[in-house]
Amino acid sequence: MKHRSWLLVLSLVGTLALTSCAAAGRDQQSAEIVIGEYGSLTGTTATFGISTRNGIEMAVDDVNEAGGILGKKVRILVEDDQGKPEEAQTVVTKLISKDQVIAVLGEVASSRSLAAAPVAQQNGIPMITPSSTNPRVTETGDYIFRVCFIDPFQGLVMAKFATNSLKIKNVAILRDIKNDYSVGLADVFVENFKTMGGNIVADESYSEGDTDFSAQLTSIKSRKPQAIFVPGYYTEVGLVARQAQKLGLTIPLLGGDGWDSPKLIEIGGEALSGSYYSNHFSVQDPSPAIQKFVGDYKARYGAVPDALAGLGFDAAQVLFDAIRRANSTEGDKIRDALAQTKDYPGVTGKITIDRARNAVKPAVVLQVKNGQLEYVETINP
Amino acid sequence: MDTFLQQLINGISQGSAYALIALGYTMVYGVLRLINFAHGDVYMFGAFMGYYLANSHWIRSNLGTSAASAVLIMVGAMALSAVLGILIEKFAYRPGRSVTRFTLAFWLGILGAGAGQLAGATFASVAAGASVGILVGIIVEQAGLRPVKQNSRLALLIIAIGVSLFLENGGQQVFGADPKFFPEIIPTHALNAGPIHIDSQKLIVLGMSIVLMLLLNVIVNYTKTGKAMRAVSFNLDAAKLMGINTDRIIAFTFALGSALAAAGGILVSLLYPRIDPLMGVMPGLKAFVAAVLGGIGNITGAMVGGLILGMAEVMAVGYGQSTYRDAIAFIILVLILLLKPSGIMGKGMNEKV
Repeated sequence: MKHRSWLLVLSLVGTLALTSCAAAGRDQQSAEIVIGEYGSLTGTTATFGISTRNGIEMAVDDVNEAGGILGKKVRILVEDDQGKPEEAQTVVTKLISKDQVIAVLGEVASSRSLAAAPVAQQNGIPMITPSSTNPRVTETGDYIFRVCFIDPFQGLVMAKFATNSLKIKNVAILRDIKNDYSVGLADVFVENFKTMGGNIVADESYSEGDTDFSAQLTSIKSRKPQAIFVPGYYTEVGLVARQAQKLGLTIPLLGGDGWDSPKLIEIGGEALSGSYYSNHFSVQDPSPAIQKFVGDYKARYGAVPDALAGLGFDAAQVLFDAIRRANSTEGDKIRDALAQTKDYPGVTGKITIDRARNAVKPAVVLQVKNGQLEYVETINP
Repeated sequence: MDTFLQQLINGISQGSAYALIALGYTMVYGVLRLINFAHGDVYMFGAFMGYYLANSHWIRSNLGTSAASAVLIMVGAMALSAVLGILIEKFAYRPGRSVTRFTLAFWLGILGAGAGQLAGATFASVAAGASVGILVGIIVEQAGLRPVKQNSRLALLIIAIGVSLFLENGGQQVFGADPKFFPEIIPTHALNAGPIHIDSQKLIVLGMSIVLMLLLNVIVNYTKTGKAMRAVSFNLDAAKLMGINTDRIIAFTFALGSALAAAGGILVSLLYPRIDPLMGVMPGLKAFVAAVLGGIGNITGAMVGGLILGMAEVMAVGYGQSTYRDAIAFIILVLILLLKPSGIMGKGMNEKV
């Protein structure tokens, strides 16, 4: 309740600021287009926010080198939400009311996007989340879009993969109970895996930030599964893999895009070998657009881009494309143009926005092998 | 049955991690009657010192992974953390023992700045938080603390929370906020008894916590410094009158507690090799519960409390709901405070005036 009154005050202040000085950044006559971005640049999921920011920065520089949009340069304002939902809400309010951005990009984590999306919706500012996969994010309202697939799809992909490619019948679940994303993926996996004829032999949970998983893994081991579905973040998955190995569990772990970080293999080491996860793209994909992106990213940041960098890049590109087609920087016009996005060739696949403002696109399954990621297969919607 | 035995081992392993952190907690409390909320953060600091030492060029190229390097990393990190402990004592707690308007305002200012950072992360909110904190400090000192200036535990407690926030946020600035992999400074060997899986690192952590517990008992009970520590604990002013350099004894207590926290940080990181600047928050609270459960101030009690807590958590997860893991610790805390506030091994103590 306390939280809600806060929100009320914030939005009141926001509206006041809007009506009093709407002439500043959202002015059609201003010399540049200002776009806001919020993400976890610090906190336990800092690599998520930093990769996304890198991808967006590249897209902004590309478009400015090519002369900008509608004859104006694009400027991006980045705010750090420290990985906290309440902070995400605060910084997005600031971006919209104080900095007068015309659109907002972010967040990676669904819990943070869910906290900030109502602010964008109430102010009529389009928001594109690059990589929040929880379905509820875009259900917030008609100004909220995403350029990634949603949880049901990743859960479905891994259920299909386990049934058709791995040909296994008994799977255990280890979900992060504090995390909307993890719970969403686990629920859909369970539902689909069962309808495909599989059994869920155990359904255990942990909380983000835990370091000890041996109790859960010991219970899981006694049920003799053929694989464990761990749809959490890389911060915990590496430790889960190490402890599973120490307990003599040699079965593969399965997961989603929350695993995707260079830190995954650093923390998990060879204990992760033989595990699979679904992702938005693979750097091994031979398509020229992806190879150019990978090359540019390496040259600029000295690292191989992860999927979050690719999605950040795509989110910015899709937004620029919509502004161009709308031929305007007004919120409702950009929203209409975004909703009509069809087969936009992003680096993470062809993006079409459906009626629920979600992206329809394929997913890839990757395998961890000797400290490297190997492309296994593409699973279409 | 196999599963139960395995869970028992998991519980002992988790419990020995808590016990390691609780040892330093309980010792500092035993001597100073101060709940050192920064203890979990010194534990984090120790783990990071171990991380940087283990990855340092000199150790990697000259010693590699050997017993010598493991000992060197451990001793080095303990020494560095002991220095940190002395610095914290000198610059935060010592001024706090005779509270002046300045020190209280300073630390409340830091506390306010921390709160400002949590609320807004902008310069304006940090500055606003700091000024509110300073103002509150001045008012509190004026209105409440001046009459009871000496030996104000409330002020020390507030300072401890300020130090803790300072280390957490400073750690994110200096070490970086992303989690890091703690190298295996002692190679793991799997020791399997049939279907039961134990590994050498679990044994090392349990063994080291017992060794440190015994060592601490010897220091406190059988050395001259330990005698002085007990005297300070008994009555600070009387100890001063007997010619004990109380400031030095208190500094030594902090150094020892911080070195123990660092040893805990490194040993626990062997079990769970992921470190980040906020890694001390939850274990610090759990170790506090373990110390209270065993009887705060009692060194053997910290060990017992840690093991019971670890076991209770693992059994709750293994045979109940994993969601309730963290709740278990705090339910235990509430129960022990209601039923036997002095803890399992603690002696009932009359409040000294």
